[in-house]
Amino acid sequence: MTAAVRKTRPVRRRRFQLRSMTRWVVFGVVGVYLLLPLVAMLEFSTRDVGWSRSFAAWRDIGVNRELLGAVTLSLELAALTVIGMLVLLTPTMVWVHLRVPRLRRVIEFICLLPLSIPAIVLVVGLAPVYSWVNYIFGDSPLLLAYVYVILVLPYAYRAIHASLLAVDIETLSEAARGLGASWPQVFIRIVVPAIRGGLLSASVLAIALVLGEFTISSLLNYDTLQVIVNLLGLRNAGVSVAVSLAALIFGFVLLFVVSTVGSRRRRVVRAAAQAEGVNGSDS
Amino acid sequence: MTPTGGTDPDPANGDVGLAGARGGSFAPSAGPPVGPARSRRKQLRSAARSLGAVPFLGYVVIFLLWPTVLVVAGAFATDSGETTLDNVRTVVSTGAYLNAFKGSLELSAATALAGGILGGLLAWAVAEGDPDGVLRRAVLAVSGVLAQFGGVMLAFGFLATYGYSGLVTLVVQHLFGLSPYATAGWIYSFFGLGVVYTFFQIPLMVLIFLPALDGLQSQWREASDNLGGNAWAYWRHVAGPILAPSFIGALLLLFVNAFSAYATAAALISQGSPIVPLQIRTYMQSELVIGQANVGKALAFGMVVVVIIVMSLHALLQRRTAKWAS
Repeated sequence: MTAAVRKTRPVRRRRFQLRSMTRWVVFGVVGVYLLLPLVAMLEFSTRDVGWSRSFAAWRDIGVNRELLGAVTLSLELAALTVIGMLVLLTPTMVWVHLRVPRLRRVIEFICLLPLSIPAIVLVVGLAPVYSWVNYIFGDSPLLLAYVYVILVLPYAYRAIHASLLAVDIETLSEAARGLGASWPQVFIRIVVPAIRGGLLSASVLAIALVLGEFTISSLLNYDTLQVIVNLLGLRNAGVSVAVSLAALIFGFVLLFVVSTVGSRRRRVVRAAAQAEGVNGSDS
Repeated sequence: MTPTGGTDPDPANGDVGLAGARGGSFAPSAGPPVGPARSRRKQLRSAARSLGAVPFLGYVVIFLLWPTVLVVAGAFATDSGETTLDNVRTVVSTGAYLNAFKGSLELSAATALAGGILGGLLAWAVAEGDPDGVLRRAVLAVSGVLAQFGGVMLAFGFLATYGYSGLVTLVVQHLFGLSPYATAGWIYSFFGLGVVYTFFQIPLMVLIFLPALDGLQSQWREASDNLGGNAWAYWRHVAGPILAPSFIGALLLLFVNAFSAYATAAALISQGSPIVPLQIRTYMQSELVIGQANVGKALAFGMVVVVIIVMSLHALLQRRTAKWAS
């Protein structure tokens, strides 16, 4: 027995070393592939004659009318999309989750459907729909938010769904109902606070998606951020690259902050469970 | 059993649907309903509850299902609306369209495989680390951005790296004296498109595949070790078979992802249309070819068919996996 232990330990340690070495090689190789373009974007957008650096391209972001207009439009669209998504999806999902469980699969199927219908296909059929929308509401680029709500459904659904499963919404709402709360009260004062983490990450994903959206806006001829970035790329590549990098970093920071908030909450929940002596696995 | 009391919070009085669709409220019944009347009431009630989903469903019909129906119907209609197979026939008999489909399928398959392998390795490297660590969260956040929201920006990233005046091109020129025209042309080619596509497939693979890797339990590894198995034996006989269905499923999703992508290709390739989405762009931008107005819809319909086939395979695979796992 002791001989066997003595024999396996170094083997295991060697294997562990091999594993951690492989791990860092993978990080190195794939990391370079993924990060090199981002580094190159920084280099390209600060390029000057010779070896000196210049931030002219970054300063141009602030003065380029076209670009500022596009940024404003895309931010407005992001806000409208988040509001539309929250108002449309949250009550429906909560209601179905609590009161109509047999519709859960239907809602899931519909929400994931946009993943199976490519945007490039959707836009072909959207052109006639949007000529009606424009006829009714007037021609405004903000109307793009209608279809953006559809595009964010899969991401929003997953985020909200996960948070609905993480908290015992059924018991909470039953308790509230038992104490005499009406359904709107249950929704606003019990459910929404309980799933706010999911709502937050759904909103962040929606913002990131809207800021990066190109297919539909470009083919319906609206000048959103990406359309203008693409257009400027032909004339003034430096500014385009600078804006692209800024947008990517903005998206990264958003997602990172949300994941930090999420993991802190997970840790708190786990610590609380341990303190109570509950030997629960985190689901 | 009174309608308001008890543990069952039934919407007996003053209950208004959350989504605002349910106008009326149930009048409290005079006495406890019995027998068939009660079950009918129950059915009615449950049907009324379903109405809460109506605004959502209506919205989806207008902005998702209706456009899709228009595409499918248009693929089989003439300009004046009569049913025809001409559009589909045109797509099937035109070399450029067939080549575009071939290009799309090849590009999607190749980048799904390359991205799947590289992304799978990266996911493994992440899964080995601290589940709440900064590294993992950073990789996930970067993956989220690059996989789902990059589009045009990634195309610019690659041009800034490997384009005619990109960083790598200049470094190579400086070190080896090679002309940019000799070293940078590939990025604008079909192969270059594949390299860029692989770039956004890797992070998507990480997002999809990481949960499967997290599901591997350390006890399995220990059991394999204690039975004298080496790393190869563990991957060959334990982890490999367990992960295989998720891996293949992930590859199918990556395939669909590449097949549906448009923005990156549109920003990178301004002339020629080697893949279907770019053929659709050409059609969208010059809609007025007489008698051909619906060919673009036939192209889009072809894309839907391919995606449906792949997604059905994916669903089938998942059902099998679920059955096997339970």
